[in-house]
Amino acid sequence: MSALALARRPDPDHRLLSAHDHGPLPGIRRRELFAEIEASGLTGRGGAAFPTAVKLAAVARASDPVVVANGTEGEPASWKDKVLLAENPNLVVDGAVIAARIVGASRVIVAVGRGNRTVLRRVERAIAARSDRVDVHVETVPSRFVAGEESALVHSLEGGPAKPTLKKPYERGILVQNVETLANVGLVARYGADWFRERGTADEPGTALVTVLGAVRSPGVVEVELGTPVRDVIQRVGGLAELPQALLVGGYFGTWMHAHDVLDLPLANASLRPLGADLGARTIVVLPQGACGLGESVRVVRYLAGETAGQCGPCVFGLPAMAEALEALDVGRLRRLAPQVSGRGACAHPTGATRFVASAVEVFADEIRRHRERRCRGGGHPPVLPLGASTEWR
Amino acid sequence: MRLRVDPILCDGYGQCAELLPEAIMLDEWGYPILAPRPIDRELEPAARRAVSMCPRLALSLEKAA
Repeated sequence: MSALALARRPDPDHRLLSAHDHGPLPGIRRRELFAEIEASGLTGRGGAAFPTAVKLAAVARASDPVVVANGTEGEPASWKDKVLLAENPNLVVDGAVIAARIVGASRVIVAVGRGNRTVLRRVERAIAARSDRVDVHVETVPSRFVAGEESALVHSLEGGPAKPTLKKPYERGILVQNVETLANVGLVARYGADWFRERGTADEPGTALVTVLGAVRSPGVVEVELGTPVRDVIQRVGGLAELPQALLVGGYFGTWMHAHDVLDLPLANASLRPLGADLGARTIVVLPQGACGLGESVRVVRYLAGETAGQCGPCVFGLPAMAEALEALDVGRLRRLAPQVSGRGACAHPTGATRFVASAVEVFADEIRRHRERRCRGGGHPPVLPLGASTEWR
Repeated sequence: MRLRVDPILCDGYGQCAELLPEAIMLDEWGYPILAPRPIDRELEPAARRAVSMCPRLALSLEKAA
């Protein structure tokens, strides 16, 4: 493809966050663009890791489709989408415009959480300076955990509350893609699938933006090649600041893992899944030895219970029950609750919370025992896991 | 045929489990847990009755995929 060969290529290790001048979008036809995305093996960067080409193809069959760039990032332990939108809004919009060309959409909406004014301002300024053939504009949605779930996001954009619906947006011609996914679409459109695959693994090509928090020297967002050992990812944020006890991988729908089990693993779904974890929201929180993993987990489950959309009974009643049982150190009760909660909502909220709790019970089994003996090793340690501030549903 | 519940519509009235205990049980809060297997032919009339009696119209009977 000649247009791809001519473009000056960015540093493959710093493709998403660098200040590289990508120049104007190439004038490639939709068929070729789609073929390139398909060959790139790009998967969704929002959590589900769904193949981007498959979703594009599904929405391309609809009449009058719409593209939504999902930059809501309601997960309190994740900053990667906010950083990407603030640093490189044009790359995200490029990808959204390319996706619109592929699916035949005339409208692109960039959705950001209401809570972050810096992100909103930078995206608005970037859009104002562009001249795209499709209509591009920004919409804000409530800054809530569930508001970023794709059906909840669309519900909110259509004037409803930011709560999930049973019908998924791609089933009715609305392409919702995470902003990091779209930034990668913008890169693949310019530099091609082969360039994209120069980093990452054969099964999980490309780079990942990862939020690293907790007991590290410079908490923040880094871009790493997929498959980079977790220890090296932590080095990129200055290394460990304290002896690690456990790592929370994938955010609040994610999994606690013993530090010694995870530090030498490659950061990729292929290595995490056999251990019951996955990349999820692409965040790593390092829990130091001095903190109480049980107390931290109770805080998160209480938060998730408060973030239920309030629509599905098993989530509304199950999550507070799980928080209470975890606080009461009642492992038997948690085991009985899990099958009554997991998989029983319209969205993944109850399922994700159940998974988080199950991993806490496993990894902090010693801590639970100590608490039964009225001893806690984390007494007085300041909270490690961040919790978001809730807003209204509309 | 396979039963499906819309968890957003469902308010846990529990009538379905009374009408079709062979395929529906209730969790501790009264919300239906459906048997993971398709509905047997002889149970289909009872299943249809459970579907039509749901006060929230949350239950449906669909062709098994």
